[in-house]
Amino acid sequence: MTKGKELIKITDLTKKYKNKTALSNVNLQLESGHIIGLLGPNGSGKTTLIKIITGVIKDYKGTVAIEGNKPGEKSKALVSYLPDTSYFSSWMTPSDMISLFKDFYSDFDEKKCIDMLHKLGLNENQKIKSMSKGMIEKFQLCLVMSRNAKLYILDEPIGGVDPAARDFILDTILTNYNEDATIIMSTHLISDVERIFDTVLFLKDGEIVLQGDIDNIRESEGKSIDELFREVFKC
Amino acid sequence: MANQFQANMPIYLQLVDQFKHRIISGELKVGSKLESVRDLAVQFEVNPNTMQRALAELERDGLVYSERTSGRYITKDKESINKMREKIAQEIIEQFIEKMTSLGFSIQETLELFQKKIEEGVSK
Repeated sequence: MTKGKELIKITDLTKKYKNKTALSNVNLQLESGHIIGLLGPNGSGKTTLIKIITGVIKDYKGTVAIEGNKPGEKSKALVSYLPDTSYFSSWMTPSDMISLFKDFYSDFDEKKCIDMLHKLGLNENQKIKSMSKGMIEKFQLCLVMSRNAKLYILDEPIGGVDPAARDFILDTILTNYNEDATIIMSTHLISDVERIFDTVLFLKDGEIVLQGDIDNIRESEGKSIDELFREVFKC
Repeated sequence: MANQFQANMPIYLQLVDQFKHRIISGELKVGSKLESVRDLAVQFEVNPNTMQRALAELERDGLVYSERTSGRYITKDKESINKMREKIAQEIIEQFIEKMTSLGFSIQETLELFQKKIEEGVSK
């Protein structure tokens, strides 16, 4: 068991876009074995933080380490990332993508992916261009959860699917999650998702304003995380 | 089962209550083995750490015990299950009296209504 081991360490992280500060002096330590909700309104810096951890954004101030590695080639082998946009070409089928993933990632479990696809009612030979937004989202999640990674980063994984499919996807995440790994999930749909988190992070104007064990927060505040969010981010 | 929890209360405490209820009602048999944390987490659709915490709480209450290698079991101690059963009954009665009092019924009136209801036959 590697549960409880330090997985991510971020020190004094600041990121500016021209004259806008996206992240300001973020310090963060996360351990393995958790499902973490990364919560914040639009423009609070969630996607920027995710892109830095996954190595997509490289110019920033401060240090970021994933199991001691700077985001890059080594860390990418540990991290399975679901971006908030789709990266498929429309002529492709899930089978095509599955072969690509098999070539790219040594930790990819093809059988697991196909099983998951079928459970979610998808067909590996259907062209991506004929799929609905929700179907594409489900497929992308299957790909990402079929890697045997140390860290899963899911940026808005359930935005485009209906509430019934949402529950199904959350269960897919819970069933396929390896307890030695950590999942970071950003979302707007807090009330639908909060039952699967054990830790939450609130990001406001590029700063972490709340971090903690979700049940301890419920206990001390007497509120749901959704209610607390609405209070902290009241417009 | 997804929406069985109240979001404004710690989920682990709600799990503890559900387990207590199942143990008292006999749905979970005395001395029987519990499934793994992981399987229970999937079944209840909650985070495995939350389930772990609920089981640790039940252990502290003496309703569940763990064998070092083989897993967790429901207690064989019927006495402690009975105690828990009585404790929960007390809580329900206290809540009932509190609610009736807040509606302005005296204890005497409450008792009379209670008696009347039983004589009519409790529906369900």
